[in-house]
Amino acid sequence: MAMATDVPKDSFRLSMLIYDTRYRSYTIQIVVLVLFAMAVAWLLNNTAQNLAARGKEFDFTFLWQRAGYDIGQQLIPYTNDSNHFRALLVGLLNTLAVAFWGCIFATILGVTIGVLRLSRNWLIGRLMTVYVELFRNIPLLLWILLTYVILSETTPQPRDFRVTDEMAAAGEAPAASMMIFDTVAVTNRGTNIPAPLFERGLGTLDLGFMSLNLTFWAILAVVVGSIWANRRLLAAARAQQEATGDRPVTWWKSILILFAPVIVMLVAMGFHLEIPELRGFNFAGGILVAHSFTALTVALSLYTAAFIAEIVRAGILAISRGQSEAAFALGLRPNRTMNLIILPQALRVIIPPLISQYLNLTKNTSLGIAVSYLDLRGTLGGITLNQTGRELECMLLMMLIYLTISLIISAVMNMYNKSVQLKAR
Amino acid sequence: MKKTVFFGALAATTLVAGLAGAATLDDVKARGELICGSNTGLTGFGAPDASGNWAGFDVDLCRAIAAVVLGDATKVKFVPTTGETRFTALQSGEVDVLVRNSTWTYSRDSELALDFVAVNYYDGQGFMVKKDLGVSSAKELDGATVCIQTGTTTELNLADFFKQNNISYQPVTVADDSEAQRQYLAGACDAYTTDASGLAASRATMPDAENHIILPEIISKEPLGPVVRHGDSQWGDVVRWTFYAMLIAEEKGVTSANVEEVLASTTDEEVKRLLGASGDMGAKMGLDNDAFKRAIAAVGNYGEVFSRNIGEGTTINLARGLNALWTQGGLQYAPPLR
Repeated sequence: MAMATDVPKDSFRLSMLIYDTRYRSYTIQIVVLVLFAMAVAWLLNNTAQNLAARGKEFDFTFLWQRAGYDIGQQLIPYTNDSNHFRALLVGLLNTLAVAFWGCIFATILGVTIGVLRLSRNWLIGRLMTVYVELFRNIPLLLWILLTYVILSETTPQPRDFRVTDEMAAAGEAPAASMMIFDTVAVTNRGTNIPAPLFERGLGTLDLGFMSLNLTFWAILAVVVGSIWANRRLLAAARAQQEATGDRPVTWWKSILILFAPVIVMLVAMGFHLEIPELRGFNFAGGILVAHSFTALTVALSLYTAAFIAEIVRAGILAISRGQSEAAFALGLRPNRTMNLIILPQALRVIIPPLISQYLNLTKNTSLGIAVSYLDLRGTLGGITLNQTGRELECMLLMMLIYLTISLIISAVMNMYNKSVQLKAR
Repeated sequence: MKKTVFFGALAATTLVAGLAGAATLDDVKARGELICGSNTGLTGFGAPDASGNWAGFDVDLCRAIAAVVLGDATKVKFVPTTGETRFTALQSGEVDVLVRNSTWTYSRDSELALDFVAVNYYDGQGFMVKKDLGVSSAKELDGATVCIQTGTTTELNLADFFKQNNISYQPVTVADDSEAQRQYLAGACDAYTTDASGLAASRATMPDAENHIILPEIISKEPLGPVVRHGDSQWGDVVRWTFYAMLIAEEKGVTSANVEEVLASTTDEEVKRLLGASGDMGAKMGLDNDAFKRAIAAVGNYGEVFSRNIGEGTTINLARGLNALWTQGGLQYAPPLR
């Protein structure tokens, strides 16, 4: 008969913290944690002491003082009488505008190039390789500067558009002329495009801390509503197709649902375009898209597209050849194979590194100051910081904002990633 | 990786903490070198010449301070700073003194915790335009695109000027003088605005200087001067009195060429005190008695420095104007050295 022998229970001794493997890892972790906490506390204390020594307090009230400076490119109303917080918002929106368009263009371009790089066509494949290697191996700042210099040095000055009386009499044409039915003017400062105006707009709603442009939001609501209604229509059509085998004709209903409400609304509000015209030194009226914005967006898109192309290529190569061979065997043509078989599977591999590229692009917008683009770094981290002398506050606030933007992009992309992942059921 | 960054930050903070409280004069003496915050390159005021030696109106003041403190006008290290980085460089102790066309304003004096110890150039903000633009007054600039350097007082003055005159403009905010010049010359902006002296200096370096005019309006007061950290009065005194010594030398006709001669023959008690022949003026400030004499011998008096770097006859070609001595109708006035 076997005897159950108890393992002798040692009483706990201090030396076991080091010599006993059961406790050692805890000991090390706790010691490191304490050291780390002490170091952080020391850094904070040091900062506070230095600030106190310089007679500076940590406060953010400067955000509500008059800013006093002007910003060239603004998406929301701003004058030099607005406060620094408003300037921050203007900069933030400028940052987001570049990031938004940059991500879209970079994705379109990157996916196209990544797919084309795998093309069986030798010339196209090599050209795309050259593109990728050229763009990702030269610093981004140089691309931004190059794009900007090309835009501002090769385009005509506003006064080249002027037709003087003598020129009209002599029948001479001006040195430069507007494009697309005389509605768009590209000068060495920016691109002047027509602005949408409303004779009977809905005005703005003042919420105290910000004002809402009701016209804009109303149109947005109608467009979103139309798209939703159209989706319902298509879903109903699909349901009927599955139930009866006949798909009802929907194309004219779709067009009606998508466009009629918006057009009716635009006509009702007296929509018309304001065409830019040369007045004094510059074009007046219309919307000025500064070259700094264009250069930054174009350069960021081209640069990031090179990285996205490589990610897409890697994603496609990760799908086993058997998949495309099977598709070919079923008689699918190469582009259908790519769209229906390869890309949907490759997305699983592509999306996680793609998130990083979006984050990079967003953070790289802070290079805008090199081409005089006043983004968040230019307003809050540049002029506001300088005029108020609140370096620490401005820097911390800026870091917090960039962090928040990045985390939001990450969260949204992770949600999308979940939706395209393999579903294990 | 994380650890390296952490220890780097730790070391940097310790360094800053160590510097902040110390007396700058002792630091400079111990180091044997003056670190002077300078412009990134503004011809006539502070820019490296073809052989890499720094030269200019502001640079000479740094050299004079080095001559006063260390006895050698060449023991200066120039750290180029932009409009944005200059005050942080000074506050963090990266430079000992900032002589870089910096405007003395209330908020810089109070909020930024800096001390402007003197005004070595009385300036004002102006506009430069191309001649063929056909503009003769800044008030005709309605709707113009204006290039402006970020991190300067000129941004605020510009906004105020256009608002007061009820005219509009489109600002193009650029990082430094060279980028502003490039955009202005490319025609990306109609006008370039900064301190009038800076405009003259920029124009001097342009290939077609005669095609650009500086408009007559001066829209602000821009007293430019050397800056030190708040709370180190001794060092502030040294910088201030180095500058005043150069002014007094001009007033008394002491130049770099005749300083020994004057010292031997003068009967003027203030000149004797200035050159260290009587009294213990240098010692009162923790310096040698002939400290100011060395500065004058090395870089010359205020008038010499002015005419050599930016005065009439140089490419910058600035008149003395407000910067003439008070005895000649200007504003440059030194307290008595006694």
